[in-house]
Amino acid sequence: MSILVLAEHDNQSLKPATLNTITAASQIGGDVHLLVAGFECQTVIAQASKVAGVSKVLSADNAVYEHQLAENIAKLVVDVAEGYSHILAPATTTGKNTLPRVAALLDVAQLSDVIKVESADTFVRPIYAGNAIATVKSSDSVKVITVRATGFDAAADEGGDAQTEVLSQVIASEKSRFVSEQLAESDRPELTAASVVISGGRGMGSGDNFKLLDGIADKLGAAIGASRAAVDAGFVPNDLQVGQTGKTVAPDLYIAVGISGAIQHLAGMKDSKVIVAINKDEDAPIFQVADYGLVADLFDAVPELEKSL
Amino acid sequence: MKVLVSVKRVIDYNVKVRVKADHSAVDLTNVKMSMNPFCEIAVEEAIRLKEKGVADEVVVVSVGSKSCQETLRTALALGADRAIQVETEDGLDSLSVAKLLAGVAKDEAADLIIMGKQSIDSDNNQTGQMVAALLDYPQATFASEVIVENGEAKVTREIDGGLQTLAITLPAVVTTDLRLNEPRFASLPNIMKAKKKPLDVKTPADFGVEVGSNVSIVSVTPPPERAAGIKVGSVSELVDKLKNEAKVVS
Ligand SMILES: Cc1cc2nc3c(=O)[nH]c(=O)nc-3n(C[C@H](O)[C@H](O)[C@H](O)COP(=O)(O)OP(=O)(O)OC[C@H]3O[C@@H](n4cnc5c(N)ncnc54)[C@H](O)[C@@H]3O)c2cc1C
Ligand SMILES: Cc1cc2nc3c(=O)[nH]c(=O)nc-3n(C[C@H](O)[C@H](O)[C@H](O)COP(=O)(O)OP(=O)(O)OC[C@H]3O[C@@H](n4cnc5c(N)ncnc54)[C@H](O)[C@@H]3O)c2cc1C
Repeated sequence: MSILVLAEHDNQSLKPATLNTITAASQIGGDVHLLVAGFECQTVIAQASKVAGVSKVLSADNAVYEHQLAENIAKLVVDVAEGYSHILAPATTTGKNTLPRVAALLDVAQLSDVIKVESADTFVRPIYAGNAIATVKSSDSVKVITVRATGFDAAADEGGDAQTEVLSQVIASEKSRFVSEQLAESDRPELTAASVVISGGRGMGSGDNFKLLDGIADKLGAAIGASRAAVDAGFVPNDLQVGQTGKTVAPDLYIAVGISGAIQHLAGMKDSKVIVAINKDEDAPIFQVADYGLVADLFDAVPELEKSL
Repeated sequence: MKVLVSVKRVIDYNVKVRVKADHSAVDLTNVKMSMNPFCEIAVEEAIRLKEKGVADEVVVVSVGSKSCQETLRTALALGADRAIQVETEDGLDSLSVAKLLAGVAKDEAADLIIMGKQSIDSDNNQTGQMVAALLDYPQATFASEVIVENGEAKVTREIDGGLQTLAITLPAVVTTDLRLNEPRFASLPNIMKAKKKPLDVKTPADFGVEVGSNVSIVSVTPPPERAAGIKVGSVSELVDKLKNEAKVVS
């Protein structure tokens, strides 16, 4: 059995979610091959070949793959799919954009957001915002799966010694064109990979007030997140949204500030090891999942917390 | 230009979900069902395109049992012109739904297909991408802005790292994200008018599609419960707990 994993990267470095996906692949069992499709991405290929558990790296380095357009990448994956029993990608916006397209082209189902491997054909995934856990079995000849990073440990990024096979296919759709992107710049750890996350909600009141969280984030090496309400109100950009329809995080410590705890928000953070909630409403549902709840006005508690750390 | 919008009937987002005691499925008896919120956003976007004079006709489609006609009527009340129900059992897998939606899109010669990015019940986030693949159309998923001009859609997408803008040639598939628009509510007169708008019922055979799935459900269980925590009385008590009890802060 061989398993193909589609690497997530930005042409410069391999994204951490790829490493969790490789662990999922190793648990299924068999040879694990990593496909790196991108442009001028040789450093990524070098990193990929060192990941423990990867036996081969497929390299497709061409301008047509620079922006991970789903039309191009899906056809490339289908082109090399023969012989693989499973095709995996991280359940990120890139993986979710591409893999269903791969599945449809192969005329098979896709399993989204898998959090556990039961066996080579049986997988566990949350549904209904994590309020139910489905175990599903697939008899498709090739299983196409996106993997939720928080369900699996990261594979070691050192110790492997995979050979590289260069792919020469150049697949370019005339129908889709990259125009521009606006990427968030931050010195903080990536939200989905951080060991501490501090998130603000509507209770923060404004984008300016979000700066109150910076001091704590600096001290704890935390990433900053947000509820949908805070993003919708324009306090912070969309890439900070944690929840059912945003990002899933499971840090060692999650601090929710001025967040009520709607099920859609909980879906994205309730697997965190330790949850702290700061909210002035003692009946806020966030307290039902919080290990430590502090009923307080955040404008008093947050500066005080920063000082005491 | 003709816009096709898919709408799915799902459990209302406010309902607390319960798993059946025999762990076979989620209990849907007597729970409130509504239009999937992302589909509401899709309908709204299509209607706005019509109001701007970009689209001439908005057709809505749902795949499922007779009860999804209610969802279609809601979309008609919001301003869609015409509805199609593809009659099937509920809970088909995404690939079957995608094949049926692709069949409708071809049949209708739709220029733009707008779908939700994700159903809030099965949380799959895949049907739109599958429809695009089956038709060999370009796709722009997770849209927060859509501008249609000169046979192209310029779409800004919410991605993990921020925002990305693509230009895709029509016909194409767009899936909606939360910040694309704020859906309107249906007015009473429009709800009355919607009852008279056309609603066609089709079958998978009309599109030459055989539905079925290679995925079976082994079990559906409740998630592990988190043990209840405690309330702390002060910031200093909180810091003490984090350092000495939870040991997550040094
Ligand atoms: C289809 C769909 C998808 C969704 N997806 C997501 C998602 O992915 N992520 C997500 O987060 N939400 C999502 N939501 C929205 C969700 O239902 C809630 O509306 C949202 O999470 C509420 O955000 P909030 O807790 O910041 O705001 P609110 O519910 O308004 O809560 C604000 C809280 O702040 C507290 N507060 C106010 N002022 C202070 C103060 N000075 N000091 C201390 N506390 C204070 C209040 O007591 C209150 O509890 C989704 C909804 C739908 C319908
Ligand atoms: C416990 C359980 C587990 C399941 N696991 C899987 C699984 O692993 N894989 C799988 O493929 N299916 C699974 N299903 C079937 C699943 O419930 C869905 O009905 C099916 O996947 C349809 O896609 P979706 O709603 O998830 O699509 P999504 O891709 O999440 O939905 C995106 C958009 O597609 C459109 N759409 C989807 N369905 C319809 C429809 N019926 N009519 C009109 N528009 C629609 C809507 O615009 C929607 O916003 C499972 C069902 C159950 C009960």
